[in-house]
Amino acid sequence: MYLHFGVPLALTVFGVLLIAAMFGLQKLLSPNNPYQRKLTPYECGEPPTGRAWINFNVRFYLIALIFVVFEVEVAFIYPIAAVYLNWVRSGQRLYALAEILIFLLILFVGLIYVWVKHDLEWVKKVPE
Amino acid sequence: METLINNLIASGLFGAKPSFDVVAAIVEFVAGAVVFLVVAMPFAGVVTWLERRVWARIQSRVGPNRVGPQGFLQWLADGLKNICKEDLIPAEADAPLFKLAPYLVMLAFILPWSVMPFSSSLILADLNVGVLFFTSVTALTVVGVLMAGWASNDKWSLIGGIRSAAQIVSYEIPAGLSIFPVVLMTGTLSMQGIIQAQGWAPQHWFVFANPFTFIAANVLFVSALAEGNRTPFDLPEAESELVAGFATEYSGMRYTFFFMAEWGNLFLIGALMTTLFLGGWRFPHVSDNVVVMNILELITFNVKVLAVVFVSMWIRGTLPRVRIDQLMTLCWKYLVPISFADMIGTAVWVAIWPDGNAFMGYLMFAGGLAVLAVFVRRVVYYVRRSRMELYFRPGI
Repeated sequence: MYLHFGVPLALTVFGVLLIAAMFGLQKLLSPNNPYQRKLTPYECGEPPTGRAWINFNVRFYLIALIFVVFEVEVAFIYPIAAVYLNWVRSGQRLYALAEILIFLLILFVGLIYVWVKHDLEWVKKVPE
Repeated sequence: METLINNLIASGLFGAKPSFDVVAAIVEFVAGAVVFLVVAMPFAGVVTWLERRVWARIQSRVGPNRVGPQGFLQWLADGLKNICKEDLIPAEADAPLFKLAPYLVMLAFILPWSVMPFSSSLILADLNVGVLFFTSVTALTVVGVLMAGWASNDKWSLIGGIRSAAQIVSYEIPAGLSIFPVVLMTGTLSMQGIIQAQGWAPQHWFVFANPFTFIAANVLFVSALAEGNRTPFDLPEAESELVAGFATEYSGMRYTFFFMAEWGNLFLIGALMTTLFLGGWRFPHVSDNVVVMNILELITFNVKVLAVVFVSMWIRGTLPRVRIDQLMTLCWKYLVPISFADMIGTAVWVAIWPDGNAFMGYLMFAGGLAVLAVFVRRVVYYVRRSRMELYFRPGI
């Protein structure tokens, strides 16, 4: 099996080498004439005002938090899903079904909680 | 692959007594390089030309047709132009992250090719966690895109980068959940295992296996479009509002790598859909010759992938862009609950019919044909009614 997992590693090494080689080729072929005004950030031709590393909309953080919870749970469903058919074939179908339903129910309660708290709305209404 | 390596060692190509590991590493490296250079890179190039031609037809234009026959070599010309461009790094940018971002985005495009099932024998590595591997390495894109947007120190890039990150991570959930119906039905995560559980005929494909998998296939397609930043979900690089999104400050080869990965991802979307739902490379057993069968399977797989790619081009040519609040509503309030219901439905279905229901396959296939017939009839009706002047001349 370790032989199979060598392929992604080999592809990673190959990809990094290929990209680095392309950058090297570009260095040989392309002009290099930087000056201060060329290196300013693009802001539609105007001189940029301030830096871009600012506080952005807090909604993006919330989306990221909800995502982390769900993605971890999705990762945990993979093993159950992979063995589910074997369970059903071995005659424990009700047991298997109950197991998977309880698991999904916990996940679904989380979604309902977030929904009821209005955190899925992009423009959240603050209660008066 | 073990037999191939043992044959190579026996042939004495690598000296008298080579180490198995060294030969395995060399064979894997060469095989990966061949697949990537022969299939992935040319596809990512050609599809840019193909997409521009298809849009042009949809919008009653001609499209690029000057470089080579029918403009076929346009992608080579674009690549050559980009490699001769000056490579600029803004003075205030975070240079190490700025340089690292294209590597991550490209790796997210390169790595899925190691589990790409082209035919029954042509697969680099049939990992036992193939589908999980596929989805997890394509998710590497989000890191690269966020890094690019943040490191540029440009307001357009920052907005593009965080929008892209929010969008990709949100749509990861329905995409992940709509893979599960297939995993529940096959009990395996290996790409070849999933394909072998389907038949060559449409009524044995998983998309028609039961109503839940049909919905799952559609949810997966929509989520994959959103994860690939494709119209109607192309907010991260919405050219009319964000200049070029996260790629605003990039030029030359760095820019090319971002867009090579983006267009190459079209093939990955098509391949995932084909493998999970459209029967993969399955072809009727017409010959006992392994080579002939593999060539036929390779053609079948690529035709199906190109059909999915064409549908996504068609969607890009016809639909307007959605707003960001609509995007999030669609994901969290519609696709996530639907895919949850889908998964529960499939679990119940599998508990009742562990070996599938053959009658349902025929019924669903017939239903699919009926929907297609209604669609064609409506298109013909509206084309007639609007008295459009259609010029069907592909050779311009």
